[in-house]
Amino acid sequence: MSEPVFQVGQRVRIDDRTPPVHHRVPAYAKGKIGIVERVCGLHGEPEKFIRGDGKPPQRIYRVLIQQDKLWESYEGTQGDKLEIEIFEHWLESVE
Amino acid sequence: MSDHGHDHEHDHSRTFQPDHAEPTSEGARVGLALRELLIEAGHYTAVEEQAVIASMQGASPENGGRIVAKAWTDPAYKERLLANGAAAIRELGFELEPYEFTVMENTDDTHNVIVCTLCSCYPRALLGMSPAWYKSSSYRARVVREPRSVLAEFGVELTDEVDVRVHDSTAELRYMVLPQRPEGTADWPEEQLAKLITRDSLVGTQRNLETT
Repeated sequence: MSEPVFQVGQRVRIDDRTPPVHHRVPAYAKGKIGIVERVCGLHGEPEKFIRGDGKPPQRIYRVLIQQDKLWESYEGTQGDKLEIEIFEHWLESVE
Repeated sequence: MSDHGHDHEHDHSRTFQPDHAEPTSEGARVGLALRELLIEAGHYTAVEEQAVIASMQGASPENGGRIVAKAWTDPAYKERLLANGAAAIRELGFELEPYEFTVMENTDDTHNVIVCTLCSCYPRALLGMSPAWYKSSSYRARVVREPRSVLAEFGVELTDEVDVRVHDSTAELRYMVLPQRPEGTADWPEEQLAKLITRDSLVGTQRNLETT
């Protein structure tokens, strides 16, 4: 079992890329910066299920993003947030 | 189904379940064809498939009600539920494999709501089949972008003092909201509390539970 690369509270950026296969990152979250809210388990990599079994598995993190960083002229408050599950190979650390 | 030119012998009556709706769209036909191929190739059996469908059909929001009522009346259980949802739910005898399960608590200043923008992931094994609106492209597109407007359409009016937290179920986790216990229910037994909990309150499109 591999150790998590990112820790709770760490600032991360979600990659802005579009591989030509099934992947589990919605367009609205690509390129956005958030904070690791929870370190989750290891799961099959979606991009690898097209040929084979998704191995080796990848770590999932729940990433917390400010809503007003996601949408222009967001309707709600600064306190509104969105949490999304992102695989480790889609994240990079942001200072 | 019988005249499709296969050059091998197999009994379709054994794999095709008449309780599946007759395919009426191209997508449904492709889906059923794929299902037959998967069964023929030995990835799973029709009997195994029946068991999965039966367990989903046997699940209902009442399961969520049991979990919530237990959390309301047992602080130690609630703590375990919020820390590791799957393990705490398994304590009550539910099977959730292979997903991780996260329970999000509504409080006076936070309201949680769940969506799957990419498809329609839903904790079916626990809560049963999802409602049509949950799968609609309108709900999925809008609740991440304008959650307060969407919640208002469901009758949930939130002041600016309440933060909205949207949970997009994009990968291998499943979610359930832990609604707030209504006032005036302090002396209610667990079984009575469980009956208050609705499907929508577990998804987050309802905030206040009715006690009358």
